[in-house]
Amino acid sequence: MIPLIFGKSGEEFEVATIQGGKGFLKKLMEMGIYSGIRVRIVLNPGNGPIIIALSDTRIALGKGMAAKIIVRKLS
Amino acid sequence: MTNALVTKGKIINVALAGNPNAGKSTIFNALTGGRAHVGNWPGVTVEKKEGRFKYKEYEFLVTDLPGTYSLTAYSIDERIARDYVVKEKLNVVVSVTDSTNLERNLYLLVSFLELGVNSVLDLNMADILEQRKVRVNTKKMEELLGTPVVMTSATKKAGLNELKEMIIRSKDRKIQPLRIDYGKEIEGAIKRVKESLSGINSPYPVRFLSIKLLEGDIEIIKEVKELGYERSVEVAVHEGSRLEIGFGYDLETEIIERRYGFIESIIRQCVRRVPTIEEKLTVSDKIDGIVTNKWLGIPIFAFLLWATFQLTFVVGGIFADFIDAFFGWLAESSAIWLTSLNAPGWLSSLVGDGIISGVGAVFVFLPSIIILFAFLSFLEDVGYMSRAAFIMDKAMYAIGLPGKSFIPMILGFGCNVPAIMSTRTISSEKDRLLTILINPFISCSARLPVYVMFTGIFFKTNQGIVLFSLYTLGIAVAVFSAKLFKSTIPKLKGPVSPLVMELPPYRIPTLKGVSIHTWERGREFLKKAGTIIFAGVILIWVLASFPMSSEYASETTLIGLIGKFFVPLFRPAGFPFWQAAVALLFGIIAKEIVVGTFGTLFGGEGALSASLLKYFTPLSAYSFMVMSLLYIPCIAAIGVIYRETNSWKWATFITVYSLVIGWVMATAVYQLGSLFI
Repeated sequence: MIPLIFGKSGEEFEVATIQGGKGFLKKLMEMGIYSGIRVRIVLNPGNGPIIIALSDTRIALGKGMAAKIIVRKLS
Repeated sequence: MTNALVTKGKIINVALAGNPNAGKSTIFNALTGGRAHVGNWPGVTVEKKEGRFKYKEYEFLVTDLPGTYSLTAYSIDERIARDYVVKEKLNVVVSVTDSTNLERNLYLLVSFLELGVNSVLDLNMADILEQRKVRVNTKKMEELLGTPVVMTSATKKAGLNELKEMIIRSKDRKIQPLRIDYGKEIEGAIKRVKESLSGINSPYPVRFLSIKLLEGDIEIIKEVKELGYERSVEVAVHEGSRLEIGFGYDLETEIIERRYGFIESIIRQCVRRVPTIEEKLTVSDKIDGIVTNKWLGIPIFAFLLWATFQLTFVVGGIFADFIDAFFGWLAESSAIWLTSLNAPGWLSSLVGDGIISGVGAVFVFLPSIIILFAFLSFLEDVGYMSRAAFIMDKAMYAIGLPGKSFIPMILGFGCNVPAIMSTRTISSEKDRLLTILINPFISCSARLPVYVMFTGIFFKTNQGIVLFSLYTLGIAVAVFSAKLFKSTIPKLKGPVSPLVMELPPYRIPTLKGVSIHTWERGREFLKKAGTIIFAGVILIWVLASFPMSSEYASETTLIGLIGKFFVPLFRPAGFPFWQAAVALLFGIIAKEIVVGTFGTLFGGEGALSASLLKYFTPLSAYSFMVMSLLYIPCIAAIGVIYRETNSWKWATFITVYSLVIGWVMATAVYQLGSLFI
């Protein structure tokens, strides 16, 4: 299990847990990012925000946020 | 006979709700034909769009709610959506849903259903489902959710009549709030909170209140407390910690997960996905690969900005010259006309010097503003704006602002008024306020004539460097002020809201969409800023005209006296003469008026250079330019700050603050400079 920020462009993951304050957690959950959901990194340019895909939706996540989302890699 | 038609039952009040980018605006435009009344929601500056249309014998009133993910009130948008749905007399709420991401989109609908709102589920983007051979059993979905379901494709204008029919059919439906089974432990907790709430007089269903209390919803806690049920809040907190200790889970997130569980089971029962080869990278993703690339992202962004500016100010400038000439001609000929009618001198002065010149000063900005907004609407409708925020997020973070604040700062180089208006895209109230407050320090194009005049006389050999130094100083003061405000003003304290933003897929914008956007904003600028400028212009005209025995704007008029009064104040800054004070005062109407005022006071263009050389030294000329850059924003900017923050407090604050900082900087330049020169 790794923080999402360490993932590379094109890799797919399943969200395991999300760390951080309740407000943060709830906001992410209501946007559709919660444990068990599959996400794919569309773009991780490195050292900055990343873009992830949740089925057809694209979400930009700040570096700090992506570091708090712990994921399991899907092969 | 027409009156008979407008009976109560013939009008249907509809609100459109949905996630951002679910296609709400497209549905709104498709239903109303794009004719919308745009205003603000009461008390806040979130745009409120209303439209109407007729279908069969019914008149539909449609309100577009802000795009939200849930009804938990953390942002103004969500609070507005919830308050509106609960407190207004609506017939139907249409929940516009992006069918390609059902889990998350249904979450909002489920929140409405738990609230007991009469809803219609609109599965939008149905054409994409068809393309992918995904089938939805809408009958079954209606049964499970207890709410009517319609499939539409707004971009292809399909299913709209079905939607209208469904709204008519369900307008008087009496419904029970949806009951999701949260599991034995949580249901026990809900029951105990519910019991403690018995007899409460609230527009919300009691079960909904109980769940929201357990979820720790701040607004609901406040409302319940106000109704005298503090004890229920305590019960909810107690239940929360009991479950946390007893079962080791966090109640708030557990509730959300259960809701998703409910949604997933519905999707499993109603949606059949025929397996297709998933296209990994869409066209949008490929464009993003280039546009947000580590090396290319910023140069592309810089190029787009440069192009926007060129077009805005070059093309806008051509129109501006025409408008300027037109109003000049109008002022003159109206004066002649009024004199020929034997009108009193003060009247032709009020009309010519005051109203026409002043209103003309506003109109001159209009072409630039329209072109700028057309560009912004275009970039926004294409989907690029959210990418720009993505690119700039890292750099802006360093000065305590989110990436989204960068666009308004750049626009400020053109004109602070549209720049401040463009902060509406920033969702965090705190970040938005801070972005607004520092914007006036970005040197707008109206200040350029002042620099050009002074540098042309005093800094002939190094005009470029002096200009550059002034623009840089403006940015530095903006950054410094951002840091200062953030660390001292309680309302602005706290960490920068981290970036979580949906990126809409790139779209080819429609001419109609862009024009509607542009016109809505341009019209607002004219209407509101126009009234404020109009009032300001008349005030200054009065000051410059009385007493009547004196010549317009001369030393013995009120404004001359006020100018003289300020002379001692400007002594430390190096320009202690009343004309400078008057020029700065007039400059509050619009910064370029500083130049014109010097022209009038020193007897026309010809004598200007010689007089300025007599009054100013290079050093005091520089300190005067610093003052012109920083002191009090123009009336239009103050007006727009008032309007966007909805408070005179912030408008006054920034007026006073900028005056102080302008004076301090000008004085520092003059005094320190005097030591060396």
